[in-house]
Amino acid sequence: MRKKSLTLLSDGYLFRKENTIYFENARGKKPLAIEGIYDIYIYGKVSISSQALHYLAQKGIALHFFNHYGYYDGSFYPRESLHSGYLVVNQVEHYLDKDKRLELAKLFIIGGIKNMEWNLLKFKNKTKFSSYIEELNNCNKITEVMNVEGRVRTEYYRLWDETLPDDFKIVKRTRRPPKNEMNALISFLNSRLYPAIITELYNTQLTPTVSYLHEPHERRFSLALDLSEIFKPMIADRLANRLVKQGIIQKKHFRDDLNGVLLNKEGMKVVLEHFNKEMDKTVNHKKLKKNVSKRRLIRLEAYKLVKHLVGQKRYEPLVAWF
Amino acid sequence: MENYLEEELIIGGIEINYLYVCKTKLWYFVRGITMEQESDFVDLGKFLHEKSYFGEEKEVQIGSIKIDFIKKRDVIEIHEVKRGKQMEKAHIMQVLYYIYYLNSLGIKSKAILHYPKLKEIKEIELKENNKEEIKRAIKEIEYIKSLKEPPEPIYQKICKNCAYYELCFI
Repeated sequence: MRKKSLTLLSDGYLFRKENTIYFENARGKKPLAIEGIYDIYIYGKVSISSQALHYLAQKGIALHFFNHYGYYDGSFYPRESLHSGYLVVNQVEHYLDKDKRLELAKLFIIGGIKNMEWNLLKFKNKTKFSSYIEELNNCNKITEVMNVEGRVRTEYYRLWDETLPDDFKIVKRTRRPPKNEMNALISFLNSRLYPAIITELYNTQLTPTVSYLHEPHERRFSLALDLSEIFKPMIADRLANRLVKQGIIQKKHFRDDLNGVLLNKEGMKVVLEHFNKEMDKTVNHKKLKKNVSKRRLIRLEAYKLVKHLVGQKRYEPLVAWF
Repeated sequence: MENYLEEELIIGGIEINYLYVCKTKLWYFVRGITMEQESDFVDLGKFLHEKSYFGEEKEVQIGSIKIDFIKKRDVIEIHEVKRGKQMEKAHIMQVLYYIYYLNSLGIKSKAILHYPKLKEIKEIELKENNKEEIKRAIKEIEYIKSLKEPPEPIYQKICKNCAYYELCFI
């Protein structure tokens, strides 16, 4: 059975009765098929019984929580069942060794840049960032790498903006709070993407707290941040672009909040529906000679990292071909 | 008393099995980078095992080996349940190792392989020449374990259904 991510948008109560998990809200009580659940994303005000948590932990299902604004708050990350001390040692060794760390940090950024290039091409702009990649190759410090990345990103947003409808210009990337609709949409999607990467890492032996581009103390699961460099443009930006250009997301899906703009409940619902659909969409993977979902591409990226860390094959970041 | 290699007591049945299936898989497995959780077949196997062969002593752990189930007749009977015969050599070596292992503890035994889907069983006994083969296998496992990097995966027909497929070929 193909497992799916479950999103809870409404307010309610998540509990266990015997070996079934139920979600009860204003519309009634619904049993959830636990074997079909990959992970759970909670946006509503939901009470959860400890018995439900025990059961979900036993099944290795992570829960991700989002606040009132739709931003990621944290996860219920069940006790890990996959351990490889050997891999942990290798992960740490690649962090401590300056050259090894720098190599990986650059590879994540190169992956990000190439996916941004690909996006622009899809948005009918043929700009190449090759000069930045050259510059990147000469960097000797993580801070320098970050600096190049920052400049590419500014340039990328500027070029992307030229293709966006007037109502949905980025103008300038703003966060906490986003100052306009497009910023709100991008932030919301990035915030949904991050825990999806966490779930994938949870299902591998990789330690999610040891990272290369980002400092391991930057966030709890900083390795997910490293990987998000590739998947933010590939999944979040592409979807944001489509939602506004096809008029699926409109002005009415937002609300003003204090000094910023945020998606309203209906807006969140529409975006999440499309996000879930997007993650389940499959593409033909030439190397593996089979179809894989966008979600699975994240896992495959983790496997590539494992192979790099154990010395089987140098990591090469995924660049979208679709 | 026969001489037994001292490393053998820490080797499990799966390692012996994997040696005859794929050395890359074996290398990853012994380093804790396991993929079995990704396999529907492994899930199915576990489920079938839980639901069948009632009344037997199941999942018998002796030192580093874990036997599907055991029956006590005139000698100890080791029973292993397998899905299909494609990897028969690996199955045979796995149970031969179990017999050899129990032998080293002074217990006489024979083995029975079950192929419930094919409605077949196969009896296995440890012969003198098998002992040499087991010793060679143990040495080879030790060697693969000691490799700094995993052996390069070589594509075979069985790879497509292997839980390690994505890891190997991505």
